[in-house]
Amino acid sequence: MSETELEGIVESPWSGGASPFAVNSKKLGMWLFIVSDSLTFSALLISYAYVRLSTPDWPREFEFYPAIVKSSFMTLILLSSSLTMVFAVNAAQEGKVSKAVKYLLATMAFGLAFVLIHATEWYTLIVEEHVTPWSNPWGVPLFGGTFFGLTGLHMLHVTIGVAYLGVIAAGFGKGKWNSDHVEVSGLYWHFVDLVWMFIFPMVYLLSIKPR
Amino acid sequence: MSAHGHAAAAESHEVGSTKLFTWVWIWLLLLTGVEIFLGYEQIEVHLMITMLVGLSLIKSALIMSYFMHLRFERLGLFLLLVPAMVFCICMMLIMFFPDSIRLMHMRPH
Repeated sequence: MSETELEGIVESPWSGGASPFAVNSKKLGMWLFIVSDSLTFSALLISYAYVRLSTPDWPREFEFYPAIVKSSFMTLILLSSSLTMVFAVNAAQEGKVSKAVKYLLATMAFGLAFVLIHATEWYTLIVEEHVTPWSNPWGVPLFGGTFFGLTGLHMLHVTIGVAYLGVIAAGFGKGKWNSDHVEVSGLYWHFVDLVWMFIFPMVYLLSIKPR
Repeated sequence: MSAHGHAAAAESHEVGSTKLFTWVWIWLLLLTGVEIFLGYEQIEVHLMITMLVGLSLIKSALIMSYFMHLRFERLGLFLLLVPAMVFCICMMLIMFFPDSIRLMHMRPH
């Protein structure tokens, strides 16, 4: 049933019609997933903030280069990927299939760049600085635990997002799926961006090496 | 958040222009710049975390309202999703933060 048909049924948001929220069930499902996932990340971020605030000698070892420059650039990449995702959804809704697929591919390229830069940063920390989730040379083992826990779960979300967008781009390009699928995948992608907006200041900016 | 009923339904397909979304992107970048600037200021840690999370909340509101189209959806969808989520997050904060601030004051000076 299309949304216009649903509008005929539903008089007001509270009248008990078929779709009080005037969204398709895919979109509602994704929103509910996002709410539950945001609570997962909230729990992790709040636990991190708890140990960060209650540990007086928390390591502040992130140099301007590479950590802060790389993480700021990664923020720029993710924000730009959200913009291309918005353009993909707009193009899909206007029925411009090849334009939408191109924007989806651009979003995937940004996502992939994010993961690769993040991987080089992990490599520097693990191999050169000897930071692991269990220990580090700076004396507070929870630094590694919270850093790899938070950024690792986020990186997993980005990786899944790139694969998800790939599947959607292929299906939408072939005409197998409609613009609703693109819009719903967009919600997931923006959520991944949104989570980084909390991880970046809390994990990176609160551990900048004092000058 | 738009009004009820048919007016909102008619608006639900107006999902904003390229110019609007580009402006939102520019604002998000500017707020990120402010956060990086604050990161290099010598500010006490709990004031710093409050300011950074405050700015991040503004950024997430921009992302949810515009990029995730919540501003163009019905008020009912917003009411279904956001208040319950905010309530749960506040409950977690109430559980954790008094204790972390107590520990911070207990440490030797």
